[in-house]
Amino acid sequence: MSLSHDDVRKIAHLARLAVSDADVDAYARSLSSILDFVEQMEAVKTDHVAPMAHPQDTAQRLRDDVVSEADQRERFQSIAPAVEAGLYLVPKVIE
Amino acid sequence: MHEKTIAELSAALAKGECSSVELTQHFLKRIETLDGGLNSFVTVTAEQALAQAKAADDRRARGEAGPLTGVPMAQKDIFCTDGVRTTCGSKMLDNFIAPYDATVVERFKAEGCPMLGKTNMDEFAMGSSNETSFHGPVKNPWDTARVPGGSSGGSAAAVAARLTPSATGTDTGGSIRQPAALCGITGLKPTYGRVSRWGMIAFASSLDQGGPMAATAEDCALLANVMSGFDPRDSTSIERPEEDFTARLNEPLKDLRIGLPREFFGEGLDAGVAKAIEEAIEQYRKLGAEVKEVGLPNSGLSVPAYYVVAPAECSSNLARFDGVRYGYRCENPKDLMDLYTRSRGEGFGAEVKRRIMVGTYALSAGYFDAYYLKAQKIRRLIADDFARAFEEVDVILGPTSPSTAFKLGEKTDDPVTMYLSDIYTIAVNLAGLPGMSIPAGFSDGLPVGLQLIGNYFDEARLLGVAHQYQSVTDWHRRIPEGFA
Repeated sequence: MSLSHDDVRKIAHLARLAVSDADVDAYARSLSSILDFVEQMEAVKTDHVAPMAHPQDTAQRLRDDVVSEADQRERFQSIAPAVEAGLYLVPKVIE
Repeated sequence: MHEKTIAELSAALAKGECSSVELTQHFLKRIETLDGGLNSFVTVTAEQALAQAKAADDRRARGEAGPLTGVPMAQKDIFCTDGVRTTCGSKMLDNFIAPYDATVVERFKAEGCPMLGKTNMDEFAMGSSNETSFHGPVKNPWDTARVPGGSSGGSAAAVAARLTPSATGTDTGGSIRQPAALCGITGLKPTYGRVSRWGMIAFASSLDQGGPMAATAEDCALLANVMSGFDPRDSTSIERPEEDFTARLNEPLKDLRIGLPREFFGEGLDAGVAKAIEEAIEQYRKLGAEVKEVGLPNSGLSVPAYYVVAPAECSSNLARFDGVRYGYRCENPKDLMDLYTRSRGEGFGAEVKRRIMVGTYALSAGYFDAYYLKAQKIRRLIADDFARAFEEVDVILGPTSPSTAFKLGEKTDDPVTMYLSDIYTIAVNLAGLPGMSIPAGFSDGLPVGLQLIGNYFDEARLLGVAHQYQSVTDWHRRIPEGFA
């Protein structure tokens, strides 16, 4: 498996990661070597194996649909990079 | 005082031989004078620790002390602590002060254990050497030119240097056991679901598990009693009656069936490590255990499968760091996309970005079956291997790590070489089983870790098997030169 520079740029975009042009080549090489390594998995036949998502085969617990958390908006927003009037600020999205 | 185990410190407090304030002052002093060369702590919370120690002494005076009330400890910097910054070893969270305590932190507070501070770690627990930390690498107290292992390297180094009687760790692919081995201490990764993940910053949610790190198995049992238990706030927390993990410490090992997986003793295992493990096996025979070979034929695929499952889950979990609600935000973003990509690009280190990208790729359209689904099927094969082995034996024994502590910088150039440091530990996480590492001697002056793997929920027996070995050996009592 060999990833091209364009592959790396596409993956970085999907992951919302800015990768500088200077770093693209190093990522292409290291990601390709990791994917090569992972390809060892193909040596095993797994056609009739049930995938294991989780160590315990238990069902998700349910709870009553009631408010269980106290309102802590001010505390939570006190650690945000930018807030105003109880809202999180981001660059303008809609012109 | 620092050479005492937690069990001994607890007894000393109960007899009034020392106070929690004295103990806490002693360990804070050691951190102040000895941690400069180790870098095992990210944050030291001296004032808060002393206030908690005073409260613990008052509580003891009222006759309300629990077994560990007043015994200080340290938290890995992955556990959220109300009012104290939690960085997870990352620039992304360097300014992050959690508005709540993790369940594990809450439980230690309720027991009355003063928190000395937060320990250094690989960034977002992604690493096997503690070299990916934004705060710089941790040094191994046995040889400061070497790594302490990772990702709970700060916790392991701090306990080994006796800067704290214990520390918490988390283990996604070996992050408690491997640093415990490389630093010569005892660490327990409980069965998946035993210890609440609430407030423990997520890396790979189907694998992450918190656990204790201390000098001895008995200490780990005492700590596990505090740490573990059902938590409705963690959707994968196991609903089981509380258990006393010290219950089987003194059980004789006569007729215990120990399995040696032949795959753990083959090529790639350092000769010095193999020799120490052979001697430990001999010791177990003398203790009355029956030793036989078992097979874990798919364990060789555990590292490749892990490096699909863990990055996939990490790419999803770390999507929350967006520069909007908390954590690092880039300067002058020109639009929302720029805000996301630069905050993440600048806030995460290289290894974290690599794993996010591997996971993103594995989960992207058209690749799911070839990577994630395939890895989940291999995960099943690995779990089935263990299930078959546990039909024949009670515990599985082998090396924790293929080598002793390696040199700083030795494996940083090639991610895959670094990943193979966890070749004997990762299968345990994929299966969700409990595992431990205990000190089992030295090779060229560096500690060797012995790994013990148990069946689901069999921690009490596992701890007993470890404790019996520690009753006839003193490796766990050794303290590195300069820290005695």
